[in-house]
Amino acid sequence: MSIFDTFLNWKVFIGTLPLLLSGLWITVGLGLTAIVLGLVGGLGLVLLRLYGLLPLRALAIGYIDVFRSVPVLVLLIVVYYALPFVGLRLTAFWAATLALSLVSAAYSAEILRAGIEGVARGQFEAARALGFGAVRQMSDIILPQAVKLVIPPLTSNAINVMKDTALASVVAMPDLLKQATQAQALAANPTPLIGAAAIYIVMLLPLVRLVGLFETRLNRRAR
Amino acid sequence: MTAAPIIRMRGVVKRFGLFTALDGVTLDVAEGETLVVIGPSGSGKSTLIRCINRLESHDEGDVVVDGHTVSDKRQLALVRAEVGMVFQSFNLFPHLTVLRNVAIAPVRVRGLGWAEAEARAEKLLARVGLQAQIRKFPAQLSGGQQQRVGIARALAMEPKILLFDEPTSALDPEMVGEVLDVMQTLARTGVTMVVVTHEMGFARRVADRILFMDAGRVVEEGPPKTLFDAPRDPRLRGFLQAILSH
Repeated sequence: MSIFDTFLNWKVFIGTLPLLLSGLWITVGLGLTAIVLGLVGGLGLVLLRLYGLLPLRALAIGYIDVFRSVPVLVLLIVVYYALPFVGLRLTAFWAATLALSLVSAAYSAEILRAGIEGVARGQFEAARALGFGAVRQMSDIILPQAVKLVIPPLTSNAINVMKDTALASVVAMPDLLKQATQAQALAANPTPLIGAAAIYIVMLLPLVRLVGLFETRLNRRAR
Repeated sequence: MTAAPIIRMRGVVKRFGLFTALDGVTLDVAEGETLVVIGPSGSGKSTLIRCINRLESHDEGDVVVDGHTVSDKRQLALVRAEVGMVFQSFNLFPHLTVLRNVAIAPVRVRGLGWAEAEARAEKLLARVGLQAQIRKFPAQLSGGQQQRVGIARALAMEPKILLFDEPTSALDPEMVGEVLDVMQTLARTGVTMVVVTHEMGFARRVADRILFMDAGRVVEEGPPKTLFDAPRDPRLRGFLQAILSH
């Protein structure tokens, strides 16, 4: 058998493509949900971390440190297999969403903190001198500038979340990777795995390139 | 002074760690007065005006602006709504157009609608000679233009008091005049102005009163003529000599 018959078998690929695509939609849905929830959670965390009452600040720091240290796979397995013991049974989709969002929120918080701290002090002073309250100062003046500063690392984080969705296959989530291994078993041929890898790359490589472009642009402007 | 002062400072002390920036400043500013604060760098001029709208919190003494105590959280909001500030480094909002820079505070702080706020912002920008630039972003303007936007932004809140923290120090020399002209026109409108500056010509022309500070204290004060032509304190004499000798 040639390489083409084994790894790049066109007939097998076409035959299993519908299965792969059904997995792709789940992967995309899972990834986007976790990215959005992670951003929302990260924003809440960073505001507590920077401006909360002292005990809440400590709590936020603790959260961020813990969830940046725990492997996503371990967290996912805990959520899916351990939580049912205390009566909390999540579907594979929500278990994966929860695990990915919890971790992504910790990373997003740290990225946003760098952004907020990167906004010039004079911007805070100008807003305060004009009479802005804390909330309006954040939403209208500081955050728009902070987010712009950290678009590259935020995009990198989103890419990581998208890649980590593949971990959901271990809790029997029918995502792209799971469907590919399924299809491989059915077809007795590894082509679907190669196909899945190619789909991940086609989906994420443009984003990776985009981060590179953002970074060169920011560097050029900083000079 | 007959009427109650609009700014009243009593024994104000401000420390940064071991350094005492303000060492017991007592000061009254009358409504409509133009007060110019001069003094060597590090003398506490900027700290003084930053204590008026509480960008710095003082450690001792009282600061009362138009009857509101600035160290009281609820009264501070009232103070900030009626005290405008113009900064040395402009501090315009870089993500907003010139028009939005001027319109945003009335919308977000006073609750005006965007249409009305922008119409008023347009008039203010015309007043400072920038009607042609309203759709641009701050980074596309010269320093002098940016500072005039800064002034229009402060005016948009219809302040009773305007604070200027070295408004021309970051400007190229050829742009200083256009900003000082706007300030001179403002001084005639009856708004109360407190100006920290090194522009002695402006101080002499426009100030009702000059305050000379050194080492965190008010050393001498009086009308410009007296202060510039007959300085009493040796520190003021030394300062004027140094600044006027070139």
